Amino acid sequence: MIVTPGWYMALAAVLFLIGASGILLRRNALVMFMSIELMLNAVNLTFVAAGRELNLIDGQISVLFVMVVAAAEVVVGLAIIVAVFRRRSTASVDELAELKG
Amino acid sequence: MVELVLFVIFGTAALFGAVSMVWARNPVYSAMGLMLTMFSVAVFYVSNAAHFVAVVQVIIYAGAVMTLFLFVIMLIGVDREENRREAIPFHRPVALVVLALFGAGVLVAGRVAWVTGPTTAGEPINGTVEVIGEQLFRKWVLPFEVTALLLIIAAVGAIGLALFKGDREVGS
Repeated sequence: MIVTPGWYMALAAVLFLIGASGILLRRNALVMFMSIELMLNAVNLTFVAAGRELNLIDGQISVLFVMVVAAAEVVVGLAIIVAVFRRRSTASVDELAELKG
Repeated sequence: MVELVLFVIFGTAALFGAVSMVWARNPVYSAMGLMLTMFSVAVFYVSNAAHFVAVVQVIIYAGAVMTLFLFVIMLIGVDREENRREAIPFHRPVALVVLALFGAGVLVAGRVAWVTGPTTAGEPINGTVEVIGEQLFRKWVLPFEVTALLLIIAAVGAIGLALFKGDREVGS
């Protein structure tokens, strides 16, 4: 049996779904952030699989750019989480309801 | 055949890592599950002839990003029990329904062709450093330069957030 790129895309879809469930079900800001990283990884996997199918190197270049953006996002996001924790002593997103009307 | 065995083994590992990341109550276990998934995805990159991307995945994601995550987890503390009370009414049932709808959408999308467009002829791609670098510095040189700006902005923003003094205490 030959592993086609469709298999990788199906696996990436399942990984994306698990990441989305982490966003929707968890309230810990750190775990939600890790779920975002998981979704980005799933999309990267589809880029690479599609690039192999279409015989184009551009898919792998796109993955590199996504990784750069994800790294920048992690730096700023974790800094925000730490700053919020220093003020509020919590990492739960439910407790951050200051702007609620 | 080798690819099939690798796909089964590391596909199972990736799914196990992802599920344990969402499931685990301790954030350290979540980070370990995500690390397992990222290593498995790196193996898939190698299977898809993306060698340089696989190396970058291991160094950046499994190395740098997860180390940063673990640092922050240790800084914040892992012993805090997550509040399982539902702040929004029917939060979890609605979330599960939305997830089921999303999964159904993925299944419907999987019935059509997932990869469209003309397949360029020629020998199969091989994502070595030479090939990636040649493309990166010719066709994609402007986005590549813009990412340098983005990284500088991110670093400055993180330093600014870290130096931000919490003298104006809000709330309790």
